Amino acid sequence: MAAKTYQEVMERRNQIMKEAVGIDYDRFRRNELVFDYEKMMAEVGYQLDEIREIQGQTGVGKTPLLELENLTAIARKLAPAGKGARIFIKDEASNPSGSFKARRASVSVYHAKKQGYSGVVAATSGNYGAAVASQAVMRGLDTIIVQEVYDSQGKGQPEILEKGRKCEAYGAEVLQLTVGPELFYTFLKVLEDTGFFNASLYTPFGIAGVETLGFEIISQLRKDEGQDPAVVVCTNAGGGNLTGTARGINKAGAKETAVVGASVDLSGLHMASDRDFNRKSFTTGHTGFGIPFATWPDRADVPLNAARALRYMDRYVTVKQGEVFYITEALAQLEGMERGPAGNTSLAAAVALAQEMDRDEIIVVQETEYTGAGKHPIPQLNFARENGVEIRRGDPEDEVPGENIIIPEEPGQIKARDLDLKRIRLSYLNKALENSGLKELGREEVKFLSAEINLSVEKTRELLEENFEVEIRL
Amino acid sequence: MAEKIPAGSWVQIHDIELAAEERAPQVPEDTGRVPLEKWIKGFLQEAAELDEEVEIETVIGNRYRGRLVDADPSYDHSFGKAVPELLQVGRELKEMLREEGGE
Repeated sequence: MAAKTYQEVMERRNQIMKEAVGIDYDRFRRNELVFDYEKMMAEVGYQLDEIREIQGQTGVGKTPLLELENLTAIARKLAPAGKGARIFIKDEASNPSGSFKARRASVSVYHAKKQGYSGVVAATSGNYGAAVASQAVMRGLDTIIVQEVYDSQGKGQPEILEKGRKCEAYGAEVLQLTVGPELFYTFLKVLEDTGFFNASLYTPFGIAGVETLGFEIISQLRKDEGQDPAVVVCTNAGGGNLTGTARGINKAGAKETAVVGASVDLSGLHMASDRDFNRKSFTTGHTGFGIPFATWPDRADVPLNAARALRYMDRYVTVKQGEVFYITEALAQLEGMERGPAGNTSLAAAVALAQEMDRDEIIVVQETEYTGAGKHPIPQLNFARENGVEIRRGDPEDEVPGENIIIPEEPGQIKARDLDLKRIRLSYLNKALENSGLKELGREEVKFLSAEINLSVEKTRELLEENFEVEIRL
Repeated sequence: MAEKIPAGSWVQIHDIELAAEERAPQVPEDTGRVPLEKWIKGFLQEAAELDEEVEIETVIGNRYRGRLVDADPSYDHSFGKAVPELLQVGRELKEMLREEGGE
């Protein structure tokens, strides 16, 4: 039996991963810095038509795209004359497991079955666990979900407890852990012991599965409204939602559509801290995942992450926890749709963004998620209060993550606050250069970096020359 | 003498996955002071009392050992009390929609 200390298991990670994903990632690497992202997506992933077929077999996708007329009217009342885009929402809660994550799981589980694995494992405290479990039931595979649930007092995040329950409802084995990055260690041991497939969120299978979401939005709007959306807003955490959606939008040929990432502002809270764990009221869709993954995607549970949000982001905004709870309440009360808060992060941003846009333009919120006990504004706010977080109405601008949650007094206080993409790009470049150790960059390297940060080769070169000690030979 | 939980019962076990000193070097200081703990549910293989070391078989047939902590474990997460800070939101927005002008 293989040795099981933390260090020993981590040292075997590449071998374990290779067997559990069946992808030889080295094939796509060109050097210490460059890898062929599109080749990886093309060779390992599936084509859009195949994915639509695979998802059709298990009832995934083809979700309704609904116009939010009342929220649009509110945005127009707040907007300058002539402004206030129409807001649409893609009701992803109507997927079999209640979120867009069914798309992300569908291809992985299909692939695992085709490759002869008897089960799938996923490390996730989010909706993805239920999605994997649900898809696995439909394909006749076993599921193990590894979740981070509790602090050291054994106090569980209500949102995660609910997601664990849902996994168990689909017959999954759920390993529940206390806070810490060693979840990955437990995950590796499970993969090694079971020989199951790693249904990682970050493989090309997972990301390709989300492409249908972006593609559907464009097809539905062209059919119903005869136009492309000016903006699609994606709640951003690990980056897969945004990456897959944007790729789907591109594949539909919607060249003018801007893709905006939105995360809940949890700045100041440490994601691996035992103390901070239960002082946050969102367990996903927040900056604690969004920024680290945007600035360095290859921190994931696979050697090369297929979710690379910075490649596709035209803008990245944050909203406050209190604003998302407010808008979740508004969605139920004004539009008749009771949905989970985390998925409404992008909706809060969209209500603000719509006010900057022309009235004949369309902004699409590309997901909703299911709601229920634990995973709902009421339990999440009660939990926050029990943990010493102050809840009050006021100006959300005064919100300090972990100390208070401020429910806006009126909708005009909801803002989409821009993160500085240049800083995020510089942070990415810094990590990329540091990890590669390269001091000289040729055409291939600069071209790769330019795609990674979604800037022209010229501008990328400027950024590199101004900020780093590297020699560039184009 | 405490009552034994019968074999075959649906139970929850607890285990220390990594002691505090075995944890990853990069964990924050507060997290590094406590162990990484793990809970799993499954069917009890032999009758046992709470706190005893037992073996379970999970719903998909895997075997794990650990300390028996609960029988018929509950789902305790709920909705809880009404949250006053949210109660007026719907009314305020509907009132705003009824108001003239702005559109």
